[in-house]
Amino acid sequence: MRIRAQAAGDKATVRVLMSHEMETGQRKDASGKVIPAWFIQDVTAKHNDKVVMTAQWGPAVSKNPFMQFVVKGAKAGDKISITWVDNRGDTRTDEATVS
Amino acid sequence: KAAFEAKSMAELTKALGLATPTESKDITVTGPDIAENGAVVPLGAATTLPGVKRMMLLVEKNPNMLAALFDFSDAVDPAVSTRVKMGQSSDVFAVAVMNDGRVLYGHKEIKVTLGGCGG
Repeated sequence: MRIRAQAAGDKATVRVLMSHEMETGQRKDASGKVIPAWFIQDVTAKHNDKVVMTAQWGPAVSKNPFMQFVVKGAKAGDKISITWVDNRGDTRTDEATVS
Repeated sequence: KAAFEAKSMAELTKALGLATPTESKDITVTGPDIAENGAVVPLGAATTLPGVKRMMLLVEKNPNMLAALFDFSDAVDPAVSTRVKMGQSSDVFAVAVMNDGRVLYGHKEIKVTLGGCGG
């Protein structure tokens, strides 16, 4: 996962690029079998260990999802961490520093 | 979750127990007018109104309407952008749930040249 957080004034713009297949469960493979859905369901964004935003996604979010949001009151040196959980229960957390 | 299986705005608001949405000029949806590749359509939802607790992105003609749902705290601006898949040309809605229970939406039509749901 790549996280970039840039401060501008008293806000910081956070851009996140996650690496995930985001399979919809609607596609079929070469033999006609449905490929099971596999996608990120929950995303949590934290600013210095405080949850500032949560998201729930469906399979309609693109492969290797991108997300951008703005955190108020964030300044250079603060920590932004992003956690996702997919529908198989896999999870991943990454952290970045606001610059 | 039921909300992610909803096929229409009415089903969605019912699944979430929300009021009937009303259109608002203050909710803006950003995205391309024409998307060449339906697998990756950049979409943004934003509003200038205070007191938004939840923002949803809906693609009307996708198999399931709800693409993404964001719950905001006071520490973030009510503006997000992400990328979604679109099966075909469709209206895209941004629905905002306000702290006082009002449900507002803005919409934009996006034409898709190549669908993102085929395989």
